[in-house]
Amino acid sequence: MEHTSFPPLSRVAICGGTHGNELSGVYIVKEMQKQKVEKIGSVSVISVLSNPPAIDVCRRYTETDLNRCFSDAKLSSTLTDSAAYEMRRAHELNAQLGPKGGEKAVDLIIDLHNTTSNMGVCLILSYLDWLTLHICKYIQTKMTSAPVTVMQLNDSNADGYSLDMLGKHGFAIEVGPQPHGVLRADIFNMMKRTLDFTTDWLQEFNDGHIFEGGEVETYSFLRSVDYPRDASGQITAAIHPQLQDKDFTLLQPGDPMFLSFSGETVKYEGEPVYPMFVNECAYYEKKIAFHLAEKITLKVPSISVKN
Amino acid sequence: VSVDLMCLAARLDEARRVAIFGGTHGNEMSGVMLVNLWVQNNTEVQRKGVEVQPFITNPKAVEKCTRYVDTDLNRAFTPENLSTLGGGDLPYEVRRAQEINRMFGPKGSPEAYDVIFDLHNTTSNMGCTLLLESSKDHFNLQMMNYIQKSIFPASCLVLLNEHPLLKYSTSRSVAKHPVGLEVGPQPQGVLRSNIFESMRDILKHALDFIELFNAGMEFPPCTVEVFRLSERIDYPRDDNGNIIAMVHPNLQDCDWEPLNPGDPMFQTFDGKTIHYQGSGTVYPTFINEAAYYEKQQAFATTRRESLVASAIRKA
Repeated sequence: MEHTSFPPLSRVAICGGTHGNELSGVYIVKEMQKQKVEKIGSVSVISVLSNPPAIDVCRRYTETDLNRCFSDAKLSSTLTDSAAYEMRRAHELNAQLGPKGGEKAVDLIIDLHNTTSNMGVCLILSYLDWLTLHICKYIQTKMTSAPVTVMQLNDSNADGYSLDMLGKHGFAIEVGPQPHGVLRADIFNMMKRTLDFTTDWLQEFNDGHIFEGGEVETYSFLRSVDYPRDASGQITAAIHPQLQDKDFTLLQPGDPMFLSFSGETVKYEGEPVYPMFVNECAYYEKKIAFHLAEKITLKVPSISVKN
Repeated sequence: VSVDLMCLAARLDEARRVAIFGGTHGNEMSGVMLVNLWVQNNTEVQRKGVEVQPFITNPKAVEKCTRYVDTDLNRAFTPENLSTLGGGDLPYEVRRAQEINRMFGPKGSPEAYDVIFDLHNTTSNMGCTLLLESSKDHFNLQMMNYIQKSIFPASCLVLLNEHPLLKYSTSRSVAKHPVGLEVGPQPQGVLRSNIFESMRDILKHALDFIELFNAGMEFPPCTVEVFRLSERIDYPRDDNGNIIAMVHPNLQDCDWEPLNPGDPMFQTFDGKTIHYQGSGTVYPTFINEAAYYEKQQAFATTRRESLVASAIRKA
């Protein structure tokens, strides 16, 4: 593959509290703001609390999920008086960190999230980007204390709905398991370390280091599975104990998926796949018990900064 | 009631009317799902000689999957709240407390329900915990002993909150014998199968006990180890009330394990350790419960104690 260059990454945004009850990111950003962190080496840093009213009440959102408000369609819609707070906030953030797709957008957005799922450290890319894939590859080699997985959502730029879409490059750092509204020191420390490795990479990149090409194993989103429900829409089963906490462990046909309240096991039928976001609290209302993914190994070219 | 620990069993009234409360906190899912299940089909909770009523205490909070709407229902059953007038102007949970007191109480009266089980989950690693409000409730002590023996080798600890300043007016306190069930760890809004089934199993044994008691079985004197609530410890905070440290990784998930003076307790955001400065060994519980951040509690300390329950038999 041909070597690829990118312009320097001089403006980076670190966002926490995009979901107000995902506390690692909230406290990392609060600390950065307390310590008035504006520069890390050669990189100027904007630290943002994405959804302050949601943070204040320690809820995911106040009216609508902020992290679904950044598609092209939503960002270009005219805001009426009755527009949800998060829609207005998305437009504000687009003006501050974007505009999405524009020249003035920040070079990189790192959006900090937690999940109730047992996903460890998971780096989430809305779409394929050699630069962010290199960051992921670097973090994977540096983090020896815990496995780091890379997830790709396969969104087109236009459809990409998450906050990290606003920057020229962007990705989310998702760390779990942590209950929403809880701040665990071990999870906080893992996220902090992941963020520190990211800023280390940015230094090296801006300094001209050539990052060798290679392979990155990713989990590519296929589809979602909902809970079994009764006629009135009520859940009738829980994630089976043998699937619970088994994010990124291969699920084969015949494996248990759900255990109904009346004691029946519902088994998985289909091609072997990788479950992720297993039993994420926020996804009950989105009718998702877990996502399914296939493992795809991507080849990345060598990259360096364009001078 | 005649009591002679040496010879005679305490004669207690039959437990005829029993309620099972779920959704006192609308995002504690085991109780919500179990009670919903039993409201639709109560076969599993029926026992001979007992009327068992499953009941969702805070339906609005359950619908929104939130702990409470206006105020914590499980703190709302104060004498003041239960007697206050004000109708529609009152916070939702206060109106709800009055209604529950009418249906299952009145609290403190002979008409009150005999037993209420209140189902809760916690984000803390407390396993199965039974919550006791009085060290003199021999019926409850015998029930808890029965449950512990029945589920062995699985364990179920007893937390006693009789502290004059720390005790609070729970929804279950409407009954003559209030029993809290707290199972964790489980995130709010999440239903874990193993947690759900553990709670279901404990209730099964609890109802079996009531059936046996009502049928005339005598339960001999027994010793029950309890953890008596002692103190609430808050997070270190700055002058603006913001948290400046997290529960230390060495303490996180170590509910019920001894905490000695000098042991790590909190860790600041830049990695410094704050140590426990108490005068003796305590047993922490409710470590890092999500709902307690706003109640200024990082964890609670308890002391171990043995209580002796007299023999009991129905009157």
